[in-house]
Amino acid sequence: MRVRSGLDRQLQMLEDEVLMMGGMVEKSIARAVDALSRRDLEESEQVIKEDDLIDRKRFDIEERCIDLIATQQPMATDLRILIAMLHITVELERMGDYAEGIARISLLMGEEATLKPLIDIPRMAEKAQGMLHKALDAMVNRDTVSAQQVCSEDDDVDDLYDQIYRELLLFMIEDPKTIRRATYLLWVSHDLERIADRATNIAERVIYLVTGKMEETGASKY
Amino acid sequence: MVQVPRTATDTGESPSMTTTWAEAPAMTNIRVSVGEDLPRRRDSAPPDGGPAKLQTIGLSVRYGNVVALRDISMDIAADRVTAIIGPSGCGKSTLLRCFNRMNDLVPDALVEGKLLFNGEDLYAPGVDPTEIRFRIGMVFQRPNPFPKSVYDNVAFGLRINGFKGNMDDMVQNALERAALWDEVKDRLKKGGLTLSGGQQQRLCIARALAIEPEVILMDEPCSALDPIATLAIEDLIRSLAGTYTIIIVTHNMQQAARVSDETAFLTAGPDQGGYLVEHGNTRQIFTNPRDERTEAYITGRFG
Repeated sequence: MRVRSGLDRQLQMLEDEVLMMGGMVEKSIARAVDALSRRDLEESEQVIKEDDLIDRKRFDIEERCIDLIATQQPMATDLRILIAMLHITVELERMGDYAEGIARISLLMGEEATLKPLIDIPRMAEKAQGMLHKALDAMVNRDTVSAQQVCSEDDDVDDLYDQIYRELLLFMIEDPKTIRRATYLLWVSHDLERIADRATNIAERVIYLVTGKMEETGASKY
Repeated sequence: MVQVPRTATDTGESPSMTTTWAEAPAMTNIRVSVGEDLPRRRDSAPPDGGPAKLQTIGLSVRYGNVVALRDISMDIAADRVTAIIGPSGCGKSTLLRCFNRMNDLVPDALVEGKLLFNGEDLYAPGVDPTEIRFRIGMVFQRPNPFPKSVYDNVAFGLRINGFKGNMDDMVQNALERAALWDEVKDRLKKGGLTLSGGQQQRLCIARALAIEPEVILMDEPCSALDPIATLAIEDLIRSLAGTYTIIIVTHNMQQAARVSDETAFLTAGPDQGGYLVEHGNTRQIFTNPRDERTEAYITGRFG
């Protein structure tokens, strides 16, 4: 008989829960940016409301981790899985908050159109969401190589952020009346930049899970 | 040839129940082969650096035809706590008992390889095992106070040694270091066996400390104690670290993780005897072991 198959099963379930939460966050990011660019306020409201589910999931997962630590005295890989899941779930919760933040900006803009048609912001969102997806895949496959790739992709997001910032600055210089609307978009791109940073944090936790090494994978520009 | 139990734990009793180490005669029929030309292993340095108090070099032990330990090379760091863990029958207790030549008491025991204590060969001809046992004390699985008063238990080793100084001070000092003084200072003349199990074990530690050993060997010192008494002994072990070299054999992985600075993991193959798998910093062993056999053992998936 395989010893500790019960613990193995519970760890698997825990990881599945984290994946499910990751899926919720991915969806929330995509919907928030989509609602913003389509000016769909109802959808933005929905994103804000559904963030509560993400928050609740985070506490569920955290409690599950605490129970396993208290009752199973995990060691070595088991311990690293639990610690990694705890960290990853906190990162995911925060990413959900950024998505919610984007939805709130959309509500602030109200009936107003965006300053300009959104091109780079959806691109940035797609990139950040892709990083999250890849980080979670790396977690499932215990793949440090793709975790490392996630970290280097953060540079692309930072470049897009730069580009958006410069463009918005030009708008504001040319016509100060655009400042308010430009600032909204700047906030959105900042939220997306933070989301990408947290995807790299998750990738770093995956590297810890697999190797036991805790290190910053490279300084982010922002 | 008579087959003897491989370890004291297999019989459920410790050899000291009948013979105290101080009284134990040096067995003369033990055959000790000293491997003069064994190469010094590179991987045997204490994992965290620092001087080694005890070193085994290619140490193997047989009881008759039964191989108990095979080719163990490791250094025990001075003034630190080293935990020895591993499944039943892997030779943990055998290894522990090599360190103060307790295996001399077992007929048919054959010790091969080298064991150095402060760089000196512990098994060299002319080394007096009784003298060794004064410098390398031992605490057993079950508390085994002598059927004497608390005071006499602690004074016992000193008297054998012919100590002529202030015995009261020595006894108090040893009891204080064993974190027992406050509990027994008003009943020093009461029998040691009237104490609770945890107190008895601390009395045994005080008895070992009284003769100022350099090394204290502990063979599952908490296995017969309740959780509170266990934690008291663990606190005591931590307070002694830094002053004494402590080697503790334990089946309780959390205990090894809590009390030790370094951990050695032994395992045994069928009919092969126990061997050393991994020896390293305790934190590293329990969070990120290098060997998958260590991983399987400490996560409870084998052994």
